[in-house]
Amino acid sequence: MTGGGAAFSWNLITDLRTMWEFSFMRNAFEAGTIIAIVAGIIGYFVVVRRLAFATHALGHVGFSGAAGAVLFGVNPVYGLLLFTTSGATGMGLLGRRASNRDIEIGTVLAFMLGLGLLFINLYTGYATEAYSILFGEILGISNAGVIFTLEASVVVLAVMVLIYRRLLFASLDEDVAEAKGMPMLALGLTFMILLAVAISIAVQVIGVLLIFALMVTPAAVAVRLTKRPLYAVVASVLVALFATWVGLFVQFYAQYPASFFIVSIAFAIYVAVRAGQALSARWSRRNVPALVPEPSAGSGLA
Amino acid sequence: MSETSGLRQPGARSPEIIRADHLDVGYQDKVVWRDASIEVSRGEFVAVIGPNGAGKTTLFRLLLGLQRPLGGTLTVFGAPPRRGNRRIGYVPQRHTIDNETHVAADTLVRLGVSGTKWGPGFSVRAERDAAAEALEAVGAAELGPKSLGSLSGGELQRVFLAEALVGNPEMLLLDEPLSNLDLRRSRDLVEVIHGLVQSRHVTTLLVAHDINPLIQCLDKVIYIANGSVATGPPEEVLTSTSLTELYGVPVEVLHDSRNNIVIVGGEDIHGGENG
Repeated sequence: MTGGGAAFSWNLITDLRTMWEFSFMRNAFEAGTIIAIVAGIIGYFVVVRRLAFATHALGHVGFSGAAGAVLFGVNPVYGLLLFTTSGATGMGLLGRRASNRDIEIGTVLAFMLGLGLLFINLYTGYATEAYSILFGEILGISNAGVIFTLEASVVVLAVMVLIYRRLLFASLDEDVAEAKGMPMLALGLTFMILLAVAISIAVQVIGVLLIFALMVTPAAVAVRLTKRPLYAVVASVLVALFATWVGLFVQFYAQYPASFFIVSIAFAIYVAVRAGQALSARWSRRNVPALVPEPSAGSGLA
Repeated sequence: MSETSGLRQPGARSPEIIRADHLDVGYQDKVVWRDASIEVSRGEFVAVIGPNGAGKTTLFRLLLGLQRPLGGTLTVFGAPPRRGNRRIGYVPQRHTIDNETHVAADTLVRLGVSGTKWGPGFSVRAERDAAAEALEAVGAAELGPKSLGSLSGGELQRVFLAEALVGNPEMLLLDEPLSNLDLRRSRDLVEVIHGLVQSRHVTTLLVAHDINPLIQCLDKVIYIANGSVATGPPEEVLTSTSLTELYGVPVEVLHDSRNNIVIVGGEDIHGGENG
């Protein structure tokens, strides 16, 4: 699906105007923007709480939910929501041990992916349904889809604003937060459910297999750019927005899937930041005199 | 360095901060130690000493209200311990911090005062100032903007101490802050802590496995070993007689010329004779 043969000009405003004459492009930009904001914010806490693998796994759990919904003729996003929130609740109940349960989570992940395969197999309709769940179909988002995305996002963001400081404290310093009387299980569970909702709506853009690029990579870039959580959240949102917008823009002319461009841009930013930091670290090592070694122990034990 | 902690709750109050009577402690099927009677008064600097697994951290969990005693009574600030008591600042034992933690040290310190609040609280100047003041009080003002993952063990302990201090607590519980520090850095940190005890009259309990960096400034020792607890001034507790009674096997306390202590014969000592 492309812009009916519209040609690229260097006047980007005109280009955008041209794109936005198509309702599917307007929907894609609107939903993509909302989702990038949510993914960027939630993603910061995914990185700080070391939930990258859990996020990846929840996407796969969502796949079987979406495939099941398709099989029963229901909107896939409801299947996604049901399965991801169930999976997230399970992980949330594991509490602080969830991040150390890679084997268990991976085992469930594989099973759920297999279950999704069965559902797809039983479904006699078009195979494109499975394809769009796996890899996203941002150009297929309907008006109703945009509204649903907006509603879900407003709820997620409202809860995030409310629990922001508590969640940050609980994520950075669990033991002290617990001693201060914070409801750790409830906080962890709340965040996992927000994560599940964010994943469920983000799947529309990027698909379950590529969820990492929107939910984790922007935040992973952001924490390398700033040590201030608030700035990192903003940077994470900006990276996610940039990848989504540029990805949508390029695919309008290039005729390859938007998901591919979004993932590639996120990847390129990540590589550029890592490489830039490696280079600057090497450069500063060469130009700063070697650190004086710490004095050894035992001044009183000679 | 403002001295507000003591003024916050005026009125007559017992100087007794902790009181334990015949306290039995443990888990459902296992008693860790029993029949402990402990008293800690306001402004005291107390070391909690004993072999690994003796139940030193368990004492902190009781004081923080994270665990209930099996028997006996325990009061903190004249009331049974409760979780989330703002009058207590706590530094848990931390073995490592992930060096991928790209978060500024003063952010963590600030959360020590604001981390339990609702809402985003993006820019509250008072919180920022409180964090800066707490870092300065532990001699770590320059660490504020640094990333937690880049700090050394001694620097991290100062940041954690500032995080515990930022809410102006009346009591500090410090779990093994000296482990992983060399002798000089241990002494530096003890000096900082002792300074806080004196300038702010903040009652401080510090778990350690080596008493020597602390011995000069202690008011009291709580020695936990062999399922029981001995408590009192260091010169009373750290004697051959008292520790022999505690361990139930012959233990000898030796002093070197610089007043360092070596405990021989307890189960935590290499080559100790454990019948």
